[in-house]
Formats: sequence, C-alpha cells, structure tokens
Amino acid sequence: MKKLAFYLREYRKESVLGPLFKLLEAFFDLLVPLVVAYIIDYGIGEKRTDRIGWMCALLVGLALVGLACSITAQFFAAKASVGCATRLRHALFAHIQRFAYEDLDRVGGSTLITRLTSDINQVQNGLNLALRLLLRSPFVVFGSMVMAFTIDVPSALIFAVAIPVLCVVVFGIMLLSIPLYRKVQAGLDRIVNTTRENLTGVRVIRAFCKEENEKEEFGRQNEALTAMQKFVGRLSALMNPVTYVIINAATIWLIWKGAVQVDSGALTQGSVVALYNYMAQILTELIKMASLIISITKAVACAQRVEKVLDTEPSMEAPSASSSAAPNNAAPMVSFHDVSMTYPGAGAPSLSHVSFSAWPGETIGITGGTGSGKSTLVNLIPRFYDATDGQVEILGQNVKDLPLSHLRDTIGVVPQKAVLFAGSIRENMQWGKKDAGDEDIYKALDIAQAREIVEKKEGGLDFEVEQGGRNLSGGQRQRLTIARALLRDPSILILDDSASALDFATDAALREALRTLRGSSTVFLVSQRTMSLRSADRILVLDDGELVGSGTHEELLKTCRVYQEIHYSQFPEERPEGWQDTLSPAPVSAVKGGHAV
Amino acid sequence: MRHFSPKRNTTLRKIFQYIRAHRVYLVLSILFAAITAVLTLYVPILFGDAIDGIIRKGQVDFPLIGSLLLEIGILCGVTALLQWLMNVINNRITYHVVRDIRRDAFNKIQKLPLSYLDSHSSGDIVSRVIADADTFADGLLMGFSQLFTGVVTIIATLIFMLTLHVGITLLVVVLTPLSLFMARFIARRTYHLFRKQSETRGRQTALIDEMIGNQKVVKAFGYEQEAVDRFDVINEELQDCSIKAVFYSSITNPSTRFINSVIYAAVALAGAFAVLTGGLTVGGLTCLLSYANQYTKPFNDISSVITELQNSLACASRLFELIEAPSQAPDGPMEMPTAKGEVTLEHVHFRYTPQRPLIDDLHLTVKPGMKVAIVGPTGCGKTTVINLLMRFYDVNEGAVLLDGVDIRQMTRHSLRRNYGMVLQETWLKNGTVRENLKMGRDDATDEEMIAAAKATHSHEFIRRLPQGYDTVLQEDSLSQGQKQLLCITRVMLCRPPVLILDEATSSIDTRTEVLIQEAFARLMEGRTSFIVAHRLSTIRNADCILVMKDGHILEQGTHEDLLARGGFYAELYNSQFAGKET
Repeated sequence: MKKLAFYLREYRKESVLGPLFKLLEAFFDLLVPLVVAYIIDYGIGEKRTDRIGWMCALLVGLALVGLACSITAQFFAAKASVGCATRLRHALFAHIQRFAYEDLDRVGGSTLITRLTSDINQVQNGLNLALRLLLRSPFVVFGSMVMAFTIDVPSALIFAVAIPVLCVVVFGIMLLSIPLYRKVQAGLDRIVNTTRENLTGVRVIRAFCKEENEKEEFGRQNEALTAMQKFVGRLSALMNPVTYVIINAATIWLIWKGAVQVDSGALTQGSVVALYNYMAQILTELIKMASLIISITKAVACAQRVEKVLDTEPSMEAPSASSSAAPNNAAPMVSFHDVSMTYPGAGAPSLSHVSFSAWPGETIGITGGTGSGKSTLVNLIPRFYDATDGQVEILGQNVKDLPLSHLRDTIGVVPQKAVLFAGSIRENMQWGKKDAGDEDIYKALDIAQAREIVEKKEGGLDFEVEQGGRNLSGGQRQRLTIARALLRDPSILILDDSASALDFATDAALREALRTLRGSSTVFLVSQRTMSLRSADRILVLDDGELVGSGTHEELLKTCRVYQEIHYSQFPEERPEGWQDTLSPAPVSAVKGGHAV
Repeated sequence: MRHFSPKRNTTLRKIFQYIRAHRVYLVLSILFAAITAVLTLYVPILFGDAIDGIIRKGQVDFPLIGSLLLEIGILCGVTALLQWLMNVINNRITYHVVRDIRRDAFNKIQKLPLSYLDSHSSGDIVSRVIADADTFADGLLMGFSQLFTGVVTIIATLIFMLTLHVGITLLVVVLTPLSLFMARFIARRTYHLFRKQSETRGRQTALIDEMIGNQKVVKAFGYEQEAVDRFDVINEELQDCSIKAVFYSSITNPSTRFINSVIYAAVALAGAFAVLTGGLTVGGLTCLLSYANQYTKPFNDISSVITELQNSLACASRLFELIEAPSQAPDGPMEMPTAKGEVTLEHVHFRYTPQRPLIDDLHLTVKPGMKVAIVGPTGCGKTTVINLLMRFYDVNEGAVLLDGVDIRQMTRHSLRRNYGMVLQETWLKNGTVRENLKMGRDDATDEEMIAAAKATHSHEFIRRLPQGYDTVLQEDSLSQGQKQLLCITRVMLCRPPVLILDEATSSIDTRTEVLIQEAFARLMEGRTSFIVAHRLSTIRNADCILVMKDGHILEQGTHEDLLARGGFYAELYNSQFAGKET
C-alpha cells in the first residue's frame, strides 16, 4: 500500500480535510442530545415556550452546519479519491510503457487491461469510502470507551475486552478475504481474456462453428468467478452478525454486572443507562463500518494487484543519456559479434553464434525457413530483446550503451503484423515523425506505393482509420506501415516480411522505389521471396538459428544449399537437371502414407 | 417509481426479469430482512425493561433481569444467524444475476452480425462485459442488503411510534417524503453524470486496449510518450466527470440527513408543546425522539442505495444495449448435409456501406471439385467474396447457393461445416497447441492430429516447443509463419468439402510451401476450393481464375487462356517477374 500512499500524498490537503470535516460533523451530531436535554430540563421543566422555540431553531442550525461540513467532506473525499485513482492510472499506464518486449510477453496484455480499468476503479471506490467514513467509526468507538471509563472503571473494563475482540474479528475477516478477492480479480482477468479473444477471433470461431464451445468455456469461467465471489461473500457476510453478537454479549454482561453493582450501591441506575447508551453507539457505528470494510478489503486486494505491476521493474536497462564515446562513423552501421539468443522459457536458442557487419548504404537481405530466426535477428537491432550472448553494435557502439529513445529514433521498423491505430491516416503517419507535414507524408506514401490508397479514401489524409486498421485491407495496411517507418528518415530501415500481403506488381514497384532511397541508410529486408532479395547487396541465409550462407544472390545460388532450395521452390523452371530437395524427407512420406489428408 | 425516466424504467424492468429466476430467494431475503429488522428494534426494548429492573441499592429484580437477558441472548443469536443467511442469499442473488447478464452479453457476441463487431471497438465491448457488469453487481448487492432492511425498519418504527402519539407520528410521516424528494432530485441529475462517466471509461478502455494490446508497435516507434499524453487527456476528462459524478451523488446522503435533522427538530418542538398541554409524557417524548431518529436513518441508507443504483443502472443500460443490439438474421431451417461442393453466386450485389457499392452483379457457378483462384489488386473485393460465401455478411441482392440451395435457407453451422477456411490473419486461441489443432474436430485422435501436423511440416517445430503439443500458446510466442502452419493443420484435420484459402501461405517460407501445396493438392482432390493468392505461380493450375478489380470480375478463365488474352491478368503475371530482369 506504500505506492497508494505515495499517490495520495499529492492530495494530502484533501485527504486530511475530508475526514476532518467528517469528524466535525460527528461532533455536531453529538451535541444534539445535549440540546434535547436542555429542552426537557429547562424548556418543558420551566414551561418556557420561547426556550423551546430557540432550542429547536438551534437544532436546525446545528443540522445546517453539519450539512455544510458533510458536503465539504464529500467534496474533498471525491477530489482526493478520484484524483488519486487518476494519478495511479497514469502511473501504471506510463510504467507499462517502460516494459521491455520480454516483460510484455511474460505479463500478458489482458491482465494489464483489467488492472488499469477494473482494479483501479475499485481502489477509487474504496478510497472514497475510507476517506469519508473510516476515521469517524473508530473515533466514535474509542470515544465511547473513554467516556465509559469516566463513568465507572470496572464496567468500562468490559469495553476494554469487547473492543479488542471486535478488532480481532474485523481484521481477521479482512485478512482472510483479501487474498480471496485477489483470486476473484484473477478470475475476472480470465473472463476479459476470453471476451477479447472472441472479439478478435470471431471469424475463425464462426467458421469452425465454435460458438457453443466458446459459450461453454465462458460459462465455466463465469461460473468459477461467481462461485469464488459467493465464497468470499459468505466470509464477508460474517462481519455484521458476529460483531452484533459480540456487542450484545458485552451488553448483557454489562447489564448483569451493573445490576450487581447497583444492588450493592456502587453504581446508580442513571450510570447504567449511560453505559448502555455508549455500547449502543458502538453497535451503530460497527454496522456502518461492516459494509465499508468489505469495499475497503476489495480495494486493498485490487491495490495490491496494481502495485504488483508497478513493482515489476522493466527487465531492460538503458542509459538515459548518450555515453561519452561518440559513434564511430568509420565503423559498420550494424555489426553482430557472435550473437546468440534464447527466449525465456524456450528449449532451444532461436539464434546461435551469428556474426556479420552491415555498412551504411547497404541493403541486407535476410531469408530462411519459417522459424529460422529471421525476425529474432532483426529484433535485436532496435534492442526489442537483448542477445543472450555476444554483442550487437551500431556504429561501433554496443546497443546496450545507447539510450533507447535515441536508438529507436534512428531505426524505422515495419513489423510483420501491420498494425494501425484508430485516428486519421495523418495521425498514423505522424507516429513515424511527430511534426511531419503533408508533403513529407505524401513523399513517404509515394515510396511505399500507398499514395493511391490515401487518394481514393474520402478525406485523404483525414480518413479515419478504425481500431487496428480494420477498415483497410491487409495489403493497404502493410503499405501504410511501410510509409510510417519511412517517415522517420531512418539510418536503419527494417522491413520484416512486410510485403507479404502485397500483390507482385505493387511489391515490385515498392522495391524499385526503395532502391532510390538508398543513401547512407542501411536496409534490412526480411523476405521469403528470393525475387525480392536478389537486388540486395548481401543476403544472409538462416537455418534453424544458424547463419548458413552470406553473399549475393548469384553467389548463394552457386554455393548455398539452403538458398538454392528456397529459390527453386519459387522458380521450379530454373531448377537444374536432377535437382533433389533435401528438406525433411520424412514428412513427405508421411503425407504420402498419411490418412489425415 | 414516477421519478424514473422511461428509459431507466425499462432498464429496471429488464433487471427484474433476471431477478425473477431467484424469486424464492428473494422472498426468503425479504422475510429474513423483516425478522432481523423487527428483532433489532425489539432487543433495545428488552434491554430497557431490564434496566427498569435495576432501581437502586437493594431494589434489583435479579430473576426478571436474568430471564430478560437470557431472552436477549437467544434473540441475538437468532438475529445474527438470520442476518448471515440473508447476506449469503443476497450475495447469491446478486452474483447470479450478474453472471446471467454477463453470460447473455457474451452469448450475444456470438450472435451479433459481423458488421456490428467490425464497426465497434472491442475495448468498449469488453468494458461493458467486465467493468459495467462489475459496477452493476456492486450496486445491486448494496441495494439488496440495505433496501429491505431499511423498508422494514421504517414500517416497524412507524408502528411503535403510533402507539406513543398519533399526531406527531403523522407529522413525521408527512415530512419524510421531503427527504425522498431530495434523494430523487439529486438522483435524476446524477444519472447523466454516471452515464457520462461510463462512456468516458469506455473510451479510455478502448485506448488502453489498443495501446497495451499493441505495446510492441508503440515501443518500436518510440511512441510511449505520445501514448501517455493521449491517455492523460482521456484520464483527465475521466477525472473531471468522475469527480462530478462521485461528488454530486454523495451529496444525497448529507442532504437527506439534513432534512431528517429538521424533522427531528420539528418532533422536538411539537412534542415539547404536547408535553406542555399534557398530551405526552417526558419519557414518551424521549422515546419518540429516538424513534424519529431510527425511522429516518433507513431513509439515509435508502438514499445512498439509490445513488449507488443510479450508477449501476447506467452500467446496466450499457449492458442491455449490447444484449439487445439486433442479432444477425436468423438461420434458415435446413440442416445442410455434407455438400457435393457446387457453389453459385447469382447476380450478387453487396456493399458494406450503403453509399459505396463494392460488388455489383457478380455471377459465377463453380462445379464440384473445381479449383477457383481469385486474383486482383489489393482491396478489389477478394476477401469480400469470402465473407459472402461463409455468410459472415449477407448479400444485398441476389443469392449465394451451395449445391443449389440458397445459403440463407440453411443453418449457419451446417453451411460452415462444409467449408474449411485459412485466413491470412492468423488467429489462435489462448490454449494448448492440441486444443487449437482439434478446434475443427474434437473427436480427432492424436495420431490423426500428428499425421496432419506432419503433412503441414509443423510437427517438427511443435515438438521443439517447451511442452510439445501441450504448450500453451501466448499472444506472441510463435512467428506469423508458424501460426499459419497451425491454422492450415487445423483445416487439414477436418477435411471439409469446400476449402477457402485466403492468402493461406503468405507467411510460410516457400520451401515448406511447396510441400504444403502437395498436401493441399491431395486435400483438395475432388473438393471445391477457393484460393486467394498473390503468388500467381501457386495458382497456375487452377480450373478457373477470376481476375477481380473494383468489385467486378474483369477476366475469367484458365491460366493459359488469360495469358493468351494479354489483358489485366497477363499484366499482373508478368509484373511478378519484373524484378528479374533488372
């Protein structure tokens, strides 16, 4: 809860004033019996109607002051709780922005979403209640005990026993239910995940007629959540009855003891009535507090979940400012020195002992089979992941010594999955370069063969892209994501199989346009198609994480078995006489003998 | 319930529909609430009697006190037990109602037309199913636990008061509507604030969903700061409307309490004069005052419940909006058996938005076993044809037929079971590899599954995953190509009569693709298939190639025909090899 306290500190004034005004209100409430006593003793007793009138007016006056205090308290409580939740949400969102790819893989998106939304809402509710009521109840409870001691010490000892027992019960139930509420939130996470999945995969689910299964699965998760909620509910429901029994038991004891003491002349009847009234006051307050405590318990559980994310330190560290060593312009733009990379939890390395250098102005093609490590290799350049072994250098500097923002500013990435965001095309383009003007944007769109997309759309650059870019086709999205990366004018441009959804004519035109771009920038072109790679200055061939070939298209066609196989699979007519594919003969026979197909 | 606007009124009615299933528990809950409320009011009276037995030194009626205290003890035990049971029942009703609403909302998602899902942000829908349902549950629970007890306490107190002084009781009864009026007045104003809060929250969830869901792209572009800035704008907006909603709603309680205090003062005034004129004793006045207090307190609880209910009604109405969104057109009555595979598009017209026609008068007959390739520039309507074949969207005019039957006359399931689909957008469930592969056929044996995986060359990489076929797939644990292999295996396993391959191998390396093509060739033998592809080399042997542009079929024929014609297809085909010469 330390973190929460930290964000509340900004609202220190409000979180002190809120409860304070609430106490003031309670104080004015406590004056009311005194006024009534005055009416009875001096108004009715002395038959003074003017006094009765004035005192009743005073009651209304007290009520008005109480109202003012209370509204003030509510205002401060609302301001502090909502404000604190807002800060917390901001802090959590900003913290997630610092996460490395590895952290995101591990934590998972949907739980982060529940924590940002539902959990923080619960924290806000709990905090609001706590600020309004939490101070008042203990104040009345302990105040009553103190008053009891001023009346009669032996009888007050009953208070001194009952109150600790109450505390044990209240805190015991709280402590037991906090972990259970955390489980409830985890169940909620699962439901969020299933709901999200069903929205993104709706076509596949319907194509496979899986609606019923999905309903069943959701039903199961929903049922499990309900069962857990009911279980916690039963525990929390104990709070009220148990405290009720304790207080009444204490009162019975008090009355009996009082009777004995009055009988012996140690106490008067009036004192017993007073003591009884204080006990009754405690009961009223406890009933109020019980429902409060359930909300607060939930809020604590949720706050802990939020804190857990806030406490997760980003696994990647980067210097915040450039190190003293200046980039060495004579060094290669990108160089890999014996780089290996194993994903956390993976059995085998995805990249092993890869070394190469790429010079400014060079276009480096990267090819290989599915899962051969192509994406892993390019992901190491902008330091999306860290190499497990070896070093990745940019202009002679280890990427780990460069500030991430600086590093990624110089690199334009077009990821495999073409993601666009809700907003205008212009806004999407400006992801690449914040202050890009329309002229810059059109230049980039031209290179990416995307100008016609924009020109055909209503409003041109102002055309509103929907969430995930779903009102555009896959090929249109890919071209726009390429344009987005080009806008940065990057020293290193990485195209990670970014033209897969483009038809050949567009792909060819794109490659042609990219060629004109070359200057000092280094282009990494990941592709399956040897056609797309043949104009590259050098092609790296990966097989199962190892670098098995490096050279131009022509060289590789002569020397590299894997490259030959890739190429001939696309251009069977170029296959030399007697060519035999070496690729895993076993599966081929399995197909032939298999009965599944 | 006149203060509720018609809209909220119907929301309430809908909620009661859900509660109706639990009416036995509801009756029990009300009964227990009544008993506990009466007992809690009665116990203090017994204590009072016991205190009356303690007069002064030597004058203490121990037998009376003893029996009274014993009675109190028993009654307290009963009260506590009933109270606990009541709480448990209330929990049950609430959580079951929310469970039911949530389930209906989710089930609704399965029935919504794709046009709805394609045009609504998924984050907003998620926010309705999760956050709104949650808030609704909280409000409902509070309503149950405090509303009944409150009402019963009011009635019981009223009866006790009537026995003391009728006139003053009437005064209290006449004045109390003031506090209800106040509560309603505020509630009416805060409903809109809560609704606005929910909406802002929905927008925020959509942004969170988009940014956190694509966090990797955000990082790649160093967009973190902008993301935070955009988040902050909505966050501030949410803060503004939340503070307003929370504050204005929390005014209810102090305001009604103020009115109660005024009533209290009025009782004191009237009572004091009644005592002076001899209509009441001082003891009676004390009793009346304490009852007046007890009588008005539940009004506070009820008013705070009403506030909470405002919030939860606003959330519930958002949930009902989703549940009541129009469903897709109902299924036809016919159970389509395994089809021969004749597919006909009869003068099909289709547009996503009314003002922009996409497909106009598309006519096409595909004989069983034919291999149809659809090619054309990006965005020409290829994917739309698939949307129509699978009945993800309905045609505006014309008809799609399978084996001569209009697909609108058959159930969607029986239609779709005849199709196997592999899309370019790979989507896998968050589950094990095995669950994903057997998605189309639960009854497949592991041997069949492994044989299919071998046929698609995915067995090798699956074996290398940490837990093999039992590895749970995370969002980004596989490359696009690997995902696509799994999607192909998934279809290989169910062997449907009609195949749809929409850029099915676009992310797979060509060496593997060649081998998969062989497997596909075997799979497609005797089956109708629709293939959308960019690599024209892969469709050369199609029986019919449709060349589409801007929603029209430009050319139609075999590879050789079309090349010979020297039209758009020839142009496309030759452009593939454009890079070769340079």
